[in-house]
Amino acid sequence: MMLARAAESLFWLARYMERMDNLARLIEAAQSMAGVLSETEEWRSALTAAGVDELYDTVYETVSPQSAALFLCTSPDNPSAIVSCLDLARVNARAMRGALTRDMWEAVNQGWMESRQLDASAFTAARLPETLDWVRTISTRFAGAYETTMLRNENYWFVRLGTFLERADNTARILDVKYHLLLPEESSGVGGMLDYYQWTSVLRAVSAVRAYQWVYREEVKPWNVAELLLLRPEMPRSLRASYDAITECLDRIAAMHGGQRGECHRIAGAVASQLRYGRIGDIFQSGLHEHLTEQIERAAELGDQIAAHYMR
Amino acid sequence: MRQFFDDMHGTDGDIRAAYAEIATWLAQTPPDTLNAKREEAERLFRRIGITFAVYTEGGDTERLIPFDIIPRILDADEWAFLERGLKQRVNALNLFLADVYGAREIVRAGKLTNEQIDGHPAYCVQMQGVMPPGGVYTHVAGIDLVRTGVNDFYVLEDNCRTPSGVSYMLENRSVMMRLFPELFARIGVEPVARYPQDLLRTLQSVAPLADDEPCVVVLTPGQFNSAYYEHSFLADEMGVELVEGIDLVVREKKVYMRTTGGLKRVHVIYRRIDDDFLDPMVFRADSALGAFGLMEAYRAGNVALANAPGAGIADDKAIYMHVPEMIRFYLGEEPILNNVPTWDCANDGALAYVLDHLEELVVKEARGSGGYGMLVGPHSTKKTRDAFAKKLRENPSAYVAQPTLALSTCPTFVADGTAPRHVDLRPFVLSGADSVRIVPGGLTRVALSEGSLVVNSSQGGGTKDTWVLHTRQNGAK
Repeated sequence: MMLARAAESLFWLARYMERMDNLARLIEAAQSMAGVLSETEEWRSALTAAGVDELYDTVYETVSPQSAALFLCTSPDNPSAIVSCLDLARVNARAMRGALTRDMWEAVNQGWMESRQLDASAFTAARLPETLDWVRTISTRFAGAYETTMLRNENYWFVRLGTFLERADNTARILDVKYHLLLPEESSGVGGMLDYYQWTSVLRAVSAVRAYQWVYREEVKPWNVAELLLLRPEMPRSLRASYDAITECLDRIAAMHGGQRGECHRIAGAVASQLRYGRIGDIFQSGLHEHLTEQIERAAELGDQIAAHYMR
Repeated sequence: MRQFFDDMHGTDGDIRAAYAEIATWLAQTPPDTLNAKREEAERLFRRIGITFAVYTEGGDTERLIPFDIIPRILDADEWAFLERGLKQRVNALNLFLADVYGAREIVRAGKLTNEQIDGHPAYCVQMQGVMPPGGVYTHVAGIDLVRTGVNDFYVLEDNCRTPSGVSYMLENRSVMMRLFPELFARIGVEPVARYPQDLLRTLQSVAPLADDEPCVVVLTPGQFNSAYYEHSFLADEMGVELVEGIDLVVREKKVYMRTTGGLKRVHVIYRRIDDDFLDPMVFRADSALGAFGLMEAYRAGNVALANAPGAGIADDKAIYMHVPEMIRFYLGEEPILNNVPTWDCANDGALAYVLDHLEELVVKEARGSGGYGMLVGPHSTKKTRDAFAKKLRENPSAYVAQPTLALSTCPTFVADGTAPRHVDLRPFVLSGADSVRIVPGGLTRVALSEGSLVVNSSQGGGTKDTWVLHTRQNGAK
């Protein structure tokens, strides 16, 4: 049993670090694809996937690569910008400094200190890739730090829980934004140059281009992409893998509380088995968009129920 | 020109034995190397986030306390002497507090008056007649010492409430060991790392009866407090929870914390918030930092608070002058450590003397801390003295005065090389129901500007690692 507020801080620390990492991948994909596809459309979809498109429109009139990148990375108008995520991660880390190992703290604090040195030039097209690499270094260092240094007590399982719930939510969002590209009916011209790039852009946003190749060994096909990101247990950013991890975390925590379980355990178990036994054909049949919308809602509800059960 | 005792060179300029190795090392190490090490130390401190908050400044509120890489060294005999004196003094302070809140023998003996006690701002009426577990009031005391000669140590101030700085003592050592492992291989230095375990044992020793292992927590005002780093550091090093007021609830005079598995009983609270904020039911009603009903639980003996509420009456600067008498009264011993002669300006004769000698005295607020609002006579101008004299006449009882001590200096790394700077020493004395523990050394604070005697971090002071040498020190191995 740990302090409820500590569980909450660790959970959100991990969520913000994971969110930052996903943003970096998303922006990277937008930038590398923007040369091939419509710039505006690519950046617009990145803003939508990050859930800040409406906010963006209140600040800017048009979508330009420079303003979109700045907005996603560092804008004070955007509370989910990369730099804001890092700030919030550090606030949570500092609030429960003692619940973190020194390596974890240093990963967050070092990243935060470095972020204070960044100026606007770090987010120009020319330097953006380097800056995004830096972001991923921080999140990787953090993940490595907690995996290698944390005691396997409740603290650890709440950090993992935050990581994977955030990841499940993010992957569902990225797929949802791109879902119209994935409708099989419209992809009669499989293998076309443009389609290839579009599907590849989805894979790129979750760093899965190579993974796709290893799993399918064929050209990029929409249902394969959807299956990889939804149902494949070996794909580390898939919903299936995320929910496998979420249920493990919740089971471990329940075991430490004498087996006591609640609504959060039920939701996580239901979603996990749906992903485990689901088939991609059926999902397309009943509507991919509907499926993903439901996934995003379930993730939000699961977050609320975890808070209700453990953090009050 | 005033002659100061220098920790390394004494008064005659010869290197003292304890510093022999360090002097050689300093002479042989090029300034560039020292400078690189100093920068590395600063990077390390930033990385671990050992910062303190400065309230009066805008912008970046997290700052580092400057760290000096040249250690301050005490030999085994000097430390043995200080240790005996510290234990004696803190024992007397705890007995004094038990007496103040108990039988008041000291009043009956005519050494203090009831008015001096009851009228004191740090006197806590809710503590009258309450006997804390083990009779311990000030579990963690920070005693500020200065040196003026080879055998002359003075207690400048007792800190019996929530003294801070011990995290610097520990982090300074770990940074030094990382930067200069070869020095530790050559010079036998007493370790300080057991402090958190000592602290935990001290806290556990005063726990009320528990079915299993007593639950100890550290209570912090939160991450915006200037000493937050230390609070989280100590909780982590002891392996106990760091809680805030919102995490605590009191039910039927028992204290619990909110955990992921519901409420869990708390037995000992190492609180790093002031008395006023402990319990809105008893003290400040607008405080959200403590827990409602905490004092009831405490008075019922269901939870221990360290340090005890009201312990501050023992460290007041007007009470300070009576400590030697307390030692004689409670222990029947002669004080081992010197007190600095003190004039209590509440006393008419003393006030007249102080006003006549402002130029040579240090005048402090009796209730102040942190080096704010004090006058250092020899470093003052006529204008500041006149302004201070006016304040003194208006409210004499708020001030005490002491002679300006010739604080010892210690070689310190400054912009243009190595130069002597004034230092003090704050050892941390742990009093449990079972025994008194002190890790060898403490926190050395150093006044970084030339000639300055004010070592407080809020006034531009820095810190040094403090080395106590092993008993059998025989130079190079």
